[in-house]
Amino acid sequence: MSVDVAQTVGDDRSEQPDPASGPTVLVGDPYAAGSDPAGEQVFTLAGGDWDEIARELSRNEGDSPEERIVVNMGPQHPSTHGVLRLVVETEGETVTEVRCGIGFLHTGIEKNLEFRNWTQGVTFVTRMDYTTPFYQEVAYCLAVEKLLGVEDQIPKRASVIRVLLMELNRIASHMVCIATGGMEMGALSAMIFGFREREQVLDIFEMVTGLRMNHAFVRPGGVAQDLPPGAVDKIREFLTYMPTRMKDIEALCNENPIFKGRTENVGYLDLTGCMALGMTGPVLRATGLPHDLRKSQPYCGYEDYDFDVVTWDSCDAYGRYRIRMDEVRQSLKIVAQCLDKLEPGPVMIEDKKIAWPAQLALGGDGMGNSLDHIRHIMGESMEALIHHFKLVTEGFRVPPGQVYVGIESPKGELGCHAVSDGGTRPYRVHFRDPSFNNLQAVAVMSEGGMLADLIVAVASIDPVMGGVDR
Amino acid sequence: MSEGNLPEPNGNGNELPQPLAVQAAEIVAVRHGMFGGSGTGGDTSGYGRLVRVIEFPGQSPRPYGGYFDEVENELFGALDEQGLAPETAIEKVVVYRDQLAFHVRRAHLAQVAKTLRDDPALRFELCLGVSGVHFPEETGRELQILVPLLSISHNRRVQLVATCPDEDPHLPSLTGVYPAVDWHERETWDMFGIIFDGHPALTRILMPDDWPGHPQRKDYPLGGIPVEFKGAQIPSPDQRRSYR
Amino acid sequence: MGIEEKVPSGFLLSTVEGLAGYMRKGSLWPATFGLACCAIEMMATGAGRYDLARFGMEVFRASPRQADLMIVAGRVSQKMAPVLRQIYDQMPNPKWVLSMGVCASSGGMFNNYAIVQGVDHIVPVDIYLPGCPPRPEMLMDAIIKLHEEIQKMPLGVDRVQAARAAEEAALKAIPTIEMKGLLR
Repeated sequence: MSVDVAQTVGDDRSEQPDPASGPTVLVGDPYAAGSDPAGEQVFTLAGGDWDEIARELSRNEGDSPEERIVVNMGPQHPSTHGVLRLVVETEGETVTEVRCGIGFLHTGIEKNLEFRNWTQGVTFVTRMDYTTPFYQEVAYCLAVEKLLGVEDQIPKRASVIRVLLMELNRIASHMVCIATGGMEMGALSAMIFGFREREQVLDIFEMVTGLRMNHAFVRPGGVAQDLPPGAVDKIREFLTYMPTRMKDIEALCNENPIFKGRTENVGYLDLTGCMALGMTGPVLRATGLPHDLRKSQPYCGYEDYDFDVVTWDSCDAYGRYRIRMDEVRQSLKIVAQCLDKLEPGPVMIEDKKIAWPAQLALGGDGMGNSLDHIRHIMGESMEALIHHFKLVTEGFRVPPGQVYVGIESPKGELGCHAVSDGGTRPYRVHFRDPSFNNLQAVAVMSEGGMLADLIVAVASIDPVMGGVDR
Repeated sequence: MSEGNLPEPNGNGNELPQPLAVQAAEIVAVRHGMFGGSGTGGDTSGYGRLVRVIEFPGQSPRPYGGYFDEVENELFGALDEQGLAPETAIEKVVVYRDQLAFHVRRAHLAQVAKTLRDDPALRFELCLGVSGVHFPEETGRELQILVPLLSISHNRRVQLVATCPDEDPHLPSLTGVYPAVDWHERETWDMFGIIFDGHPALTRILMPDDWPGHPQRKDYPLGGIPVEFKGAQIPSPDQRRSYR
Repeated sequence: MGIEEKVPSGFLLSTVEGLAGYMRKGSLWPATFGLACCAIEMMATGAGRYDLARFGMEVFRASPRQADLMIVAGRVSQKMAPVLRQIYDQMPNPKWVLSMGVCASSGGMFNNYAIVQGVDHIVPVDIYLPGCPPRPEMLMDAIIKLHEEIQKMPLGVDRVQAARAAEEAALKAIPTIEMKGLLR
């Protein structure tokens, strides 16, 4: 006998129980009438409490020794890290089987990209994983630059700004991970602290790019504009207070017996499992393997920075949390080095056939094309106007071919497979999102464990559904 | 699958693998004119007779440089040892933009992947997914997948490329070699309709279960709706006139 | 709903309306319905710096049965649409819907096969909040504007009249495509 409990939401059941008359127990499977295996009874319960099931079960006691309860968690559930659906089969409090349902946030970004020019693509990819927008932008731009064969021509300042923004973004992403993970475990203070720190990073982003999220700031050939005056000072100030702020979180969680009790030896996945399931990022590094693309296959000049690859050898959720905290420290170290490396210079490629023609500047009505540039194209040079028009409406052409570029995002390897047909628009862009891949490990991490540990396992992977579903 | 999955009898004994002949670039499509869009009229720009042939890079001449030659030698040697002539399994080896891609005939995809994973000199432990592409104009090989592999032991990357025709959209599943591709293959089936033979549960993953069609194929419309403004309507991006 | 619906039109009804509106707007409980990028901003709004608790809505309810405001934060995919509608159906009356961000309001930049072009195709929307994503300040502004609407919400006979007036206005409205003038 199995009992199918549809927990109020996420199940496309048409019948709604009347709250006044209490929960409804339907005997038999409403989806597949008559399809029950012989001798097996299925109870479907929607929107009620557990007393009713207990009563039904006790009435049928002795029918069958096997009692399985299938609980549908999500897609709208506060502990599933977004619109993730988990179909959990439980035996008491023990999870016997978990399957993930994804796709509830499928946005068709990859298809939309094919109808915009290469530069506009940045606007789309930044909205995939919304906690790590700069990583998608950089992965995409590196892929486009590789297809163009102009990797060597990217100005040094642009690369430093990219690294700077990426590492700040890593801090923000890890803070969100700890915040939401803490919230899902019931540690609301961790959430308040995490978001407090994230706001500081977002302030810097807002100053540099004008937006808190979804920046579209990194462009093929460089970055959209230079750092505004005052940005370096603001980042330096951030570097001074952030380590002390982190101590708050560490004091709250690191040795907290409840936090440790919830996370230690939970969500266990060893190196063999990680390799088989293609896991990367903190989950892989928690097994003790120091694999970090920033070190092993440097891009954007990461070889010039001094930082350590953080590892932990517990293979569990606690190790992943500690890795994230230590990675934030390493990121702060890299950010400090970036500020020292910033030398005056261009932030966009020299090649005028690729570089966006206009630099942005602050005008009377806000940020826009610089007035000097407008004067130039409208009043001085017809050729400049034609060039501007062609590049903005048509865009540049990219030689045919396909490349795959992988970078180390806070969640693992973020890959961008870009295909060009020699046109002004991408022929196909596919993102290998780390969360999409890592989410496959939920079943192996939590089957056989407690229901509460399932939440911790999911939180320790830190999936962001925008990236998973794209 | 059209071809059998059995290894070919090995003809060339202990000989070193022969380099594959340098092939001409692969023509993917031929475009006419400068402008166009589905639904709108022809090219009115006067450039209608412009013809552009879209060529993908073909077999690269050896040596490729870097670790690529070593990887090729090791792979071809290992395949030889298994009694599979490399020329049978590998269609061509393309080095483009410093990236090594083995174009594998689909019948031998799983065996090549297994060799790349297990051979101590290769050790590509990590499979980073499956990415489909649809080339509707390339008859007989419309659907293509790209499988990036990463070796942490040797710090190397290669890509496997396999194709299949639209009429027979079957490719062998790599789940037996790399369990990580489970969801990636489901996604590729969902988006492109490539059937991975041997996949444990090839079902839709991103779209609803009852969705008709495979949305990221080129013959599937974008599905946008026209945007209304005061007194004007702007068609969805795939219906607009655009540069070719 | 309750006895307030039975009050005859006039001085008593308007007093009850004012009182009920005041109570309702001060205890608006949103459902946690985060979808995409906007959800992160919605969480930021609830966290320390922006502190939504100042407006009596610090309790984001996990169960739709305890919530009366659905903040649709992010793009709604075709696969999510039935789920969204079911959650809306499970919320008790009176309930309000805030469409947060352009994706929820109109599909935004994702004009394609996967995204519902505006959540108003599925549920009635009370207030649209543009932005991609809207800042927390904008979300709070939208909620306060919604509070004003809730304060003025008619009851009983007045509500029937208001609904009739709204329907007449909608019937008389010119379709966008036939409108003239500047594009706004």
